[in-house]
Amino acid sequence: MIGLMPVIALKHLLARRRQSLVSLSGIVLGVAFFLAVSSLMQGSENDFIRRLVDNSPHVTIQDEFRNPRLQPVEQLYPSGAIEVRRVKPLTETRGIRGYPQILEGLRSQPALRASPVLAGQALVSFAGKDIAVSLNGMIPAEVNDVSTIQNYMIAGSVDALTGNPDGIILGDALARKLSLALGENVTVTAPTGVVHTFKILGIFHTGRADYDNTQTFADLKRVQALLKRVNRANTIIMKLDDPHRAHAVAEGIERRFGYKSVSWQEANEDLMSTLTTRNIIMYTVVSAVLIVAAFGIYNVISTVVLEKQRDIAILKSMGFRARDIRRIFLIQGLLLGFVGSALGLPFGAGLMLGLMQIRLKFPGGSDPVPLPMDWNWPQFAIAAAFAMGAALCAGLLPARKAAGVQPVDILRGAQ
Amino acid sequence: MTEAVIEAEGLTRRLAGEVTVTLVEDATLAVHQGEFVAITGASGSGKSSLLYLLGLLDRPTSGQIWLRGDETSTLEEDTLADLRLAEVGFVFQFHFLLPEFSALENVMLPMQRLGRLQQPEIGARATELLDRLGLAGEAGKLPRQLSGGQSQRVAIARALANDPLLILADEPTGNLDTVASANVQRILMDLARDYGRAVVVVTHDRDFAAAADRVIVMSDGKIRSSA
Repeated sequence: MIGLMPVIALKHLLARRRQSLVSLSGIVLGVAFFLAVSSLMQGSENDFIRRLVDNSPHVTIQDEFRNPRLQPVEQLYPSGAIEVRRVKPLTETRGIRGYPQILEGLRSQPALRASPVLAGQALVSFAGKDIAVSLNGMIPAEVNDVSTIQNYMIAGSVDALTGNPDGIILGDALARKLSLALGENVTVTAPTGVVHTFKILGIFHTGRADYDNTQTFADLKRVQALLKRVNRANTIIMKLDDPHRAHAVAEGIERRFGYKSVSWQEANEDLMSTLTTRNIIMYTVVSAVLIVAAFGIYNVISTVVLEKQRDIAILKSMGFRARDIRRIFLIQGLLLGFVGSALGLPFGAGLMLGLMQIRLKFPGGSDPVPLPMDWNWPQFAIAAAFAMGAALCAGLLPARKAAGVQPVDILRGAQ
Repeated sequence: MTEAVIEAEGLTRRLAGEVTVTLVEDATLAVHQGEFVAITGASGSGKSSLLYLLGLLDRPTSGQIWLRGDETSTLEEDTLADLRLAEVGFVFQFHFLLPEFSALENVMLPMQRLGRLQQPEIGARATELLDRLGLAGEAGKLPRQLSGGQSQRVAIARALANDPLLILADEPTGNLDTVASANVQRILMDLARDYGRAVVVVTHDRDFAAAADRVIVMSDGKIRSSA
């Protein structure tokens, strides 16, 4: 059975049907737009993060240390009275020491795939043109375990490297610049002066201009020889089954092996903070719609309170407590919020379906894709909760005012 | 003498402001079970203010009020509201029925708030009260569909809903024609004589006052005579 206060609240709203409907439509529109916009933003964020996670290593071990290593004397006497200054650190050959052992240790962990990379600068020359590129030496059989480059191949294949250690894979932008095609030979010169001719076994197109212009992939052993860094790797890249564990995994690896280990979250910290800022702006804007709608509710309830002063006085003279009166008007706010949400959510879902019909061709993409929408329930819950909260807040002030009505003042005036 | 339902001693009510207004000054009175008391006096003499004090709707600036022997001046607002709900029934000059509720629903409201009875019993009692006041066929009507006399009788039924000991009526016939006025007057007197309620009526009507067990005359906020 519905309680007495909700019945009184409902009768008040029904008595002012037109105003109630106007404020209700404000909430319905507010909820719908809140839902559609926040789902679109969340969907695009999820899509962006998915691409980021797919296309970059989840954890990268670099051949450097996050903090300079302490001198032995500083390790032995951390609070010693004598300070050692101007100590020149020992010159070390760049690269990860004992990377095969580190790899062995990493590969013993479940749900983790790791592969070494030796990256260095080189010059690609063809037909009198020289272009500086980043040459990545990888183990061909492991490339597909730790990279999605195969997904972006427009000619040839990564697997072709396995059978031909003199092969190279490069981006389509670079190939275009040098007028190169699949199967052609290209000369690569390392900073060491070593020159080697590679055969183009694959061409990729990621859509990222910088990447397609500068990145090349070849067999690890060949690159080690070219850069005169035999048995060296300067990066270990990893993919995890659960990318969201990357931060913790990177921390653990750094603690264990000492080398700087960077998770994809850390590597893209600036982008992640941009997303946070974008979310704050988005929620502020869509919340404003609901806040304006809440003013409509405030207006209706305030008018009801003003019109019902005499009824409030009578209810109080009958023995209704101040909190009963407050509850009646809060329930009015909640009723408008609830019905507004109940109607606004399906309307918002309709808007989302409509938005999904719009197809856009993103740079680098080959086909138009629908706008990414997040259909998960938290979007619906947040929209409904925000509407209910706004409606409750809108009812709060008039409800307090109603509860504070002094019946005697009203009755004296009415006589 | 029967037990006093309500007693007041030295009741004073002043409104603070740039000029202090004294509504009631040093009023002392007691109303007993089954007694019908009329308060008369010129407009602005403090009759209604005294009634609101007796009905625990307003707090005295000084003085004390006992309801069935219990002192009420120190009670909190919620407790006073509970006492009004269970022990006091108000009838005003204008019926003040809630316009969105039918006659029956208006009578049911105090009982639903008190929660002493189950919903079917509440409906049955409200119907019985309306029947007793000659409104059997009007239960489903909204206040705007009722005449002034009918509305006032619904207001009386609502005041009686929780079977209160004390009925306070503020010029209940002031807005009615002669026939309806006589009808309401008879009902209120019957409540005191036949049902043992303490009834206090503020009225300008001399005939109505003359029919009371006791008449209190007020002027300038003071009780001038009580006989």
